[in-house]
Amino acid sequence: MMSDILKQLHAAVIAGEREQANQLAAQALEAGIAPLTAIEEALSPGMQVVGERYESGEYFIPDLMMSAEAMKGAMAVFEPALMKRKEQRRVFGTVVIGTVEGDIHEIGKSLVATMLSAGGFEVHDLGVDVPVQKFIEKVREVDANVVGLSALLTTTMRNQETVIQTLKEAGLRQQVKVIIGGAPTSQGWAETIGADAYAENANEAVSVVKELLGVK
Amino acid sequence: MEAFLKRLGSGRIIVADGAMGTMLQAAGMPVGASPESWMLENPDPVINVHRAYVEAGAELILTCTFGGNRTRLERGGLAERVVEINQQAVEIARKAADDKAYVAGDIGPLGQFLEPLGKMSFEQAVEIFKEQTTALFEAGVDLLYIETMSDLNELRAAIEAAKQTSTEVPICATMSFENHERTNMGVRPEQAAQMMLSMGVDAFGANCGATLEMTEKVVAKMHASFLEASLVVKPNAGKPHMEGRGVVYDATPRDMAEYAQKFAAMGARIIGGCCGSTPAHIAAIAQAFK
Repeated sequence: MMSDILKQLHAAVIAGEREQANQLAAQALEAGIAPLTAIEEALSPGMQVVGERYESGEYFIPDLMMSAEAMKGAMAVFEPALMKRKEQRRVFGTVVIGTVEGDIHEIGKSLVATMLSAGGFEVHDLGVDVPVQKFIEKVREVDANVVGLSALLTTTMRNQETVIQTLKEAGLRQQVKVIIGGAPTSQGWAETIGADAYAENANEAVSVVKELLGVK
Repeated sequence: MEAFLKRLGSGRIIVADGAMGTMLQAAGMPVGASPESWMLENPDPVINVHRAYVEAGAELILTCTFGGNRTRLERGGLAERVVEINQQAVEIARKAADDKAYVAGDIGPLGQFLEPLGKMSFEQAVEIFKEQTTALFEAGVDLLYIETMSDLNELRAAIEAAKQTSTEVPICATMSFENHERTNMGVRPEQAAQMMLSMGVDAFGANCGATLEMTEKVVAKMHASFLEASLVVKPNAGKPHMEGRGVVYDATPRDMAEYAQKFAAMGARIIGGCCGSTPAHIAAIAQAFK
């Protein structure tokens, strides 16, 4: 049976209330609720609801962002508590994400990064117009197992393929799952260039990456 | 040519142009170059695209300035060349129009969230848009054309900038509607129409967006809410799909022309194309209204 505080925290994440989520997180700790319990029973299921509402057309980008902020507000309380207890939130995987070289579109990529982060992934966001070598270096540096490639232009989408080729040449293709996205891209394009998956939006990206890594 | 607003008021359809970026790529613009910076060194391909649309029957062409605001240009190190880029684009379009088409100063989104989601304030956004609208206006456009907006506040900032630039210059504005007939930011067609009408936009509507079917629903909603309004519709040529290693948009010129007639029956007065549309699509639309 979920405590009232956790129910309220769950609701605060869904409503996108950062301050409230922050305060409720502190109250949860005071009431003796373990941070991991709060994350697993209130925050993650809350974001799940947000994702479902986005898919169904009830929520839109601003709602996603506000809810991710609310989650961050709560995590700002839980993270130090986890450290103190020498516990760790379960990290599903390490993601390196960026918009490919020649393309400066930021919003979609950042949204995917935010949702993956809220969904329990360690995310390294390289920004926009990212040279191929920067992807390779970062994958090595953080020992990533997921690479996210965004492209919004029919021309720059070809650079998604270049990154995949270069990962192969660097001997890194086996260790990472590659997911692509962006307006002109599609499942068909993912297959053409040898990516592991395509996701249409930020919410789908989280479930697709989880599926690729075999996490429930 | 008769003044733009007079023509708009006549009720006769004004055929607008189609895509610019993809046409420039076909003409050799390298991957990743922004059309605005490439145009500085390569004005001829831009003139050729404009001319192709005018020859196809477009009576309204958009300047190659979609990303011509300071926020976007500074990513390519061109922040100090906002005025020069916008002026050159107007000159190029004017030359190509050759008195057969209206020259519309094109204004696209900033590519950043406004507050509270992002860091940019409404006032900052107005100033950034105003730099571009002023440059376009002073270079002598026939109207200002704000397009592909998702955020109501950002659109409001752009309209505000246009109004501050000149109380006389005609303004057209369109938002981009995606799934569920909303913009990415959740704006409904009726909401967008209400705001644009109240701010004195001369013609408004939808561009880019998900599919032609969905654009039709969006236009229907705007029309039902404001029967007298002059609507603008500039949709993509359907949805993109892969054919071999290239992207193909699935709407044929004939498809576009059929939808153009549906849009016209619902109050659309300016009709053209967005991503994936070509002079062939525009020619088919022009033919439908001959």
